[in-house]
This record gives sequence, C-alpha cells and structure tokens, in this order.
Amino acid sequence: MKKIATALSVVLLAATPFASQATPDDDLKAFRSYFTKKFPEVPMSDFVNGVYAIDAAAREQWEAFEEFPSYEIAIDNGKDKFGKKFANGKGYADCFPNYKKGIKQNYPYFDTDSGKIVTLEGAINKCRTDNGEKPLKWKKGAITEIGAYLASLSRGHKINVKVPNDAGAIAAYNRGKKHFYAKRGQLNMACADCHYYYSGSMIRADILSPALGHPSGFPVYRNKWAGMGTIHRRYGGCNKQVRAKPFKAQSDEYKALEYFETYMSNGLEINGPSQRK
Amino acid sequence: MRLTAHILTTTASIAALVGCLGFAPTIASADTTADLEKGKALAFNRKKGNCLACHQIEGGKLAGNIGPPLVAMKARFPDYGKLRAQIYDARKNNPNTIMIPFGPHAVMSDGEIDLVAKYIHTL
Ligand code: HEC
Ligand code: HEC
Repeated sequence: MKKIATALSVVLLAATPFASQATPDDDLKAFRSYFTKKFPEVPMSDFVNGVYAIDAAAREQWEAFEEFPSYEIAIDNGKDKFGKKFANGKGYADCFPNYKKGIKQNYPYFDTDSGKIVTLEGAINKCRTDNGEKPLKWKKGAITEIGAYLASLSRGHKINVKVPNDAGAIAAYNRGKKHFYAKRGQLNMACADCHYYYSGSMIRADILSPALGHPSGFPVYRNKWAGMGTIHRRYGGCNKQVRAKPFKAQSDEYKALEYFETYMSNGLEINGPSQRK
Repeated sequence: MRLTAHILTTTASIAALVGCLGFAPTIASADTTADLEKGKALAFNRKKGNCLACHQIEGGKLAGNIGPPLVAMKARFPDYGKLRAQIYDARKNNPNTIMIPFGPHAVMSDGEIDLVAKYIHTL
C-alpha cells in the first residue's frame, strides 16, 4: 500500500514540477540527477559543451572548428571596445572593477534594491547609459563582442548564481521556471519538451541538447547566424520554431528564463564564448 | 503494387462499412491514389504535419526519433478513428505529450488531417 502511494506521488511530482513546494535548491538537485541518470556516460563538467557533449559525430567537426574559432575576432574586438574610454573620460573598467578576475559566472543576479534581474548585457548597457553613452543593440554586434571578451576572462570559473531569500527573487526565479516548463506557441511545445524530456533524441537531423549547461558557452558564434549572438537571441529563435511570438531580448521574461537556466547550471564552468553550428 | 493492394482493401472495407450503415456506396471515398499522395505530401511538409521531425516514415529522409516509427499502422490501429484522433489531438492519450495538437491548434484543417490519417493508415 505504502509502496503504491509513494510510486503515485513520484509520478505526480515528475509530471508537475509545481505541485511541491520545491525550493530552487531542490529543483537544482532534481534537475541534475535527471540528467546524470539520462546521460550516465557524460562527465558533469562536459555539459558545458551543449549538444557536443552527447553527439559524438558532431563533436569531431566542432572540435575542428574550435581549433580556429570564429569567435576569436569577437574577443579581440571586445577587448578593444572595452578599453575605449567614454566621452566623459570614464570607461567600462570603472563599472566592472573586477573584470580581470572574471565576473561572468556571477550573472545574472537578482538586485534586491531595484527588484530586478541584472544580466551581463544589462550591466554593460547600464554602464553606458549611466555615463551618457547610447545603449548597444541587445542581441548581436558590439554587445556580444564585449560579452565574449568578459566571458573569455571568466573561463574556468564556476557558475555561481544565487536566488536570495527575497520574495521578488523567488518570484523571478519561478517565472523563469514556469517559462521553461510551459507549453507555448501554435505547436504547443515547452523548452522542457526539447531540452529536458527529449534531450538526446533527434528532432529531424538535430540532436537536442540538455538544458543543463545551456548558458555556459554564451555568447556563441553560430554558423547559421554567420555571427555572434546572445542567449536571448537564441531563446527568440527557439520560441519562433514552435510558432510562439518571441519576447524581446532583455525582457523581464527572458531575463527570468536565463536566471532559471543559469541557476540550474550552477557549479559548471564558464567556457564562453563558443562555436555552434 | 503494394499501394494498390492497400487501396483495394481499404476501399473494400470502407465500402463494407458504408454498406452496413445503409448508405449507397458512393465512390467519393478519400482513398484514391491522388488523395494518399496528398496525405503523404502534407505529412512530410515542414509547415504542415512535419511528422518526420519526430517519426520515421518509409520514404522520408532525416527523420527524428522522438516518437515511435510509423509502421504497421493497421495492426497498431485497427480502428481508423483512433488513429485519426491521435493525429487530431494527441493530448487525449497523453496530456503532456510533445506531439502537436494539430486539430485544436489549427495546424492543419480537418480535411488535411483526414488526408494525413488515411495515408498514415496505409503504412
Ligand atoms: C521544437 C524543439 C525546441 C524547443 C521547443 C526549444 N528548443 Fe532550444 N533548441 C532546439 C534545437 C534543435 C537546438 C539546436 C541543437 C541544440 O543545441 O540543442 C536548440 C538550441 C538551444 C540553445 C543553444 C544551446 C547551445 O549550447 O548552443 C538554447 C540555449 C536553447 N535551445 C534554449 C531553449 C529554450 C530556453 C527554449 C524554450 C523557450 C527552447 N530552447 C525551446 C530545439 C528546441
Ligand atoms: C514534436 C514531435 C511529434 C510530431 C511533430 C508528431 N508526433 Fe506523433 N508522436 C510523438 C510522440 C512522442 C508519440 C508517442 C506518444 C506520446 O508521447 O504522446 C507520438 C505518437 C504518435 C502515434 C501513435 C503511435 C503508436 O503506435 O502509438 C501516431 C499514429 C502519430 N504519433 C502520428 C503522427 C503524425 C501522423 C504526425 C504528423 C502529422 C505526428 N505524429 C507528428 C511525437 C510527435
């Protein structure tokens, strides 16, 4: 009897991630153990490599790309842009005093004063507007170059995103979690359908990457884009695939989604920027 | 050849069904070769069924493996109505399914779903 009851509650729990009063930490543990069971042969540290962690055939080609990566020039351009002073004589380094030590692993974070999630791109543009400069476009171009440079300085640092004990922070986290599991679009699919439940399966000729580790490699140089893009650019593409109206890059919705996905990837190393097909 | 045999049996069974119901067996049944071709085209079309995204189907390239291969459909779905219902709205059988609710979300019209389902039933 008890056995049946436990089995039942496990089924319920698995089917509805919201039924329980799960804390972010509970979620993280469940998320991780799901993927380690699903891909027992993949070392935890390899989940930062997206689909290439599980697709042996594509991995070779990818490794060849990574020998002479297309994002290298983005890092160089980003370094130049980062070093340039604003009209008022200040520079990015004044906004990011610890940038040399690597800061990307701490983003996004929840700012309890403003009640908002701060992404690295958001902080880059805030630095600009605080200093009287125009903000950069959000999805590609200069912002990804500066982002690539900052990511490169963070390589090897473990993602360390916190959900403070604050009603606003928990609400933001839950908003991202909800987006991840909710069906959307005319085709009625959730992020979780493709990157959780069916990760490792083939959709047409593509293997679906596990969501664990998704943010670690961004910004990415994507062959399909013939250029760099932020993770919000990618979110928009994945929303469109299911014929859902994408949200704006840096909307509260995508910031929350990035917050959730990055929290789930805590402890994995930043290895951005990276190359994707 | 195989196709013709299928059409023959299907047409025959539909005729029998229609006969049972007491209607005159009109030849307006949907199972003409042309209709089966239309059903196949809809099933393979990326903007319509795009079934190959998730299912292997004979003659289809670059098929995914999220769902089971669509083979031996008559054996698995002796009841055509059940097959059509699965394609119309897979959520009836599995509320959390990844399969697209083609009917309720108007990804295909009722007529298109009929054509796809008739074709799939021949596999
Ligand atoms: C219909 C299936 C599908 C859905 C639904 C979907 N994606 Fe994707 N996604 C893909 C495919 C295919 C790729 C490319 C292969 C890969 O990396 O998984 C991809 C790639 C990605 C990547 C890039 C991973 C990397 O390492 O470069 C991210 C991040 C991502 N998706 C997030 C999401 C999020 C968040 C959602 C929900 C808003 C979502 N996806 C919904 C199919 C989907
Ligand atoms: C995004 C993925 C996806 C797409 C697209 C899709 N299916 Fe499915 N289908 C599935 C999955 C997964 C199952 C297994 C049952 C479940 O999980 O609901 C399934 C089950 C089925 C079954 C039942 C098979 C059996 O033996 O029980 C049939 C029939 C079927 N699909 C037909 C179709 C047809 C026809 C199309 C296109 C018009 C289609 N599917 C498109 C994912 C998909």
